[in-house]
Amino acid sequence: MHTHALLNIAYLIAAITFMTGMKMLGSPKTARKGNLIAAAGMSIAVLATIFLHDKHISALVYVLIFLAIAIGTFIGWYIAVKVEMTKMPELVSFFNGMGGATAALIGLLEYAHNTDSAYKISMIVAGLVIGSVSFAGSMIAWAKLSGKMRKPIRLPMYNILNMLILLATLALAVYIAAVRPESPLYLYLLFALALLYGVMFVIPIGGADMPVVISLLNSFTGLAAAFGGFLYNNMAMLTGGVLVGSAGTILTIAMTKAMNRSLANVIFGAFGDTGAQGPSGDAVKGSVKSVTPSDASILLNYANKVIFVPGYGMAVAQAQHAIHELEEMLTEKGIDVKYAIHPVAGRMPGHMNVLLAEANVDYDKLVDMDDINPQFKNTDVVLVVGANDVVNPAAKNNPSSPIYGMPVLNVDEAKNVIVLKRSMKPGYAGIDNELFYNPKTSMLFGDAKESITKIINEIKSM
Amino acid sequence: MQEIFAFFNNNIEMTYIVVLMIFVGIELISHVPAVLHTPLMSGANAIHGVVIIGAILVMLHMNPENYPGLAIGFLAVVLGTLNVVGGFVVTDRMLEMFKTKK
Repeated sequence: MHTHALLNIAYLIAAITFMTGMKMLGSPKTARKGNLIAAAGMSIAVLATIFLHDKHISALVYVLIFLAIAIGTFIGWYIAVKVEMTKMPELVSFFNGMGGATAALIGLLEYAHNTDSAYKISMIVAGLVIGSVSFAGSMIAWAKLSGKMRKPIRLPMYNILNMLILLATLALAVYIAAVRPESPLYLYLLFALALLYGVMFVIPIGGADMPVVISLLNSFTGLAAAFGGFLYNNMAMLTGGVLVGSAGTILTIAMTKAMNRSLANVIFGAFGDTGAQGPSGDAVKGSVKSVTPSDASILLNYANKVIFVPGYGMAVAQAQHAIHELEEMLTEKGIDVKYAIHPVAGRMPGHMNVLLAEANVDYDKLVDMDDINPQFKNTDVVLVVGANDVVNPAAKNNPSSPIYGMPVLNVDEAKNVIVLKRSMKPGYAGIDNELFYNPKTSMLFGDAKESITKIINEIKSM
Repeated sequence: MQEIFAFFNNNIEMTYIVVLMIFVGIELISHVPAVLHTPLMSGANAIHGVVIIGAILVMLHMNPENYPGLAIGFLAVVLGTLNVVGGFVVTDRMLEMFKTKK
């Protein structure tokens, strides 16, 4: 009886730390401490689960549990510490997939001896389906973000096909919950169908929408954990799972809003299908002005106000330290330098902030889109570092463009624009950018880090 | 239909918890600056690693002679731990960079 009360107290503490941790993660000052508090709560809950029960457990099971935790801790820690900052988004996706897989495996193991309870089987089936979709989807998202799978794959009529797979999965799930067949074969088939749906759900979605997908799958795994909470009558799983499920959903909606899209639009992928290859793609004509690093350095050197616009290209080229060096150099010359941060620049909201913070850029120099947009008019030079769709004026003035209506940075209002880019290849939205053909725009082709280093050397020698 | 009513009768407290936690989740996430969306997503990612408790419970209830079951349960605990430890460490690494300099 004592142990049971202690276990419940441990779970209560865990639930409180999850809520406090999430709250503290919402402010830059307390975020790190919040994360540690939630981690402490999790450790308490895990240790309590292992030790606080009154059953007799064989030594083999204990050894296996500790061995599994040791292996998981070692690998998880190693991966998390080793991976470069630019790879963070895919890493989050990978760990999310692991959680989904755990939920799915629990479902597979708990089925056989619970077929007498409709309630338990319903929870098992729900956790299995959601966990499997989250696992398979996260792995595809991970592959896409780490460049192992470049192009969105769209099978003919994939929307109808996906809908059919989803319906089949749901129908089988309801059948199993209602009939509760003794044979586990039905469950294996359900497992396979849910995995297939997870794959089919994510492969048609373009790389630019991956953050939204990861956030959505994150809330799915939360839901799967919550169903586990119902299954075991476990309050820590229930509160943690529902909390993440709800918070993840709101975060997903906030992200789609920042892109001026709806969630349905992201999932059913009207993007790239309408007009991307059509009129808006061919509409942009004109000549592109290419410049050398020394031309660019002259422009920057004699400016009064400069704005940097970082994008995913900066992350790929690892150019954040070089940019910071250039910023310090220009600031020393009395030039006003700011960074314009678009809410969806990079592959995740806040991706640019994380990278620039890593390079020791002052927090106050990073300006949000709404605050910086009126300032472009008075800006002498805008340096676009590997950003594309977020500075495309077509979003403002071309109603046939697929990104029409998405808020963008008004880079074209500045006196001069220098775009650092590797080639004329379109961005993730797959559409041309008329900014590059603007007479005010100079293109500096090459790797962003190398180009900036060259500019820095030119300015030094001036 | 009867089963659904029975579900509510037997789980009324849990249902309340679910509803309340949904509101807590919404409340916690609203008004968070976009800068913190990535670490927040990552932190939430670590918290749903609480599913590892389920994996441990499976192992504890398992018949020690059921070797295939033990193997799958073992895998579940490993993957769950990956989610928890990896999630928290990655979040910490991200947030380490937000320390105020001056």
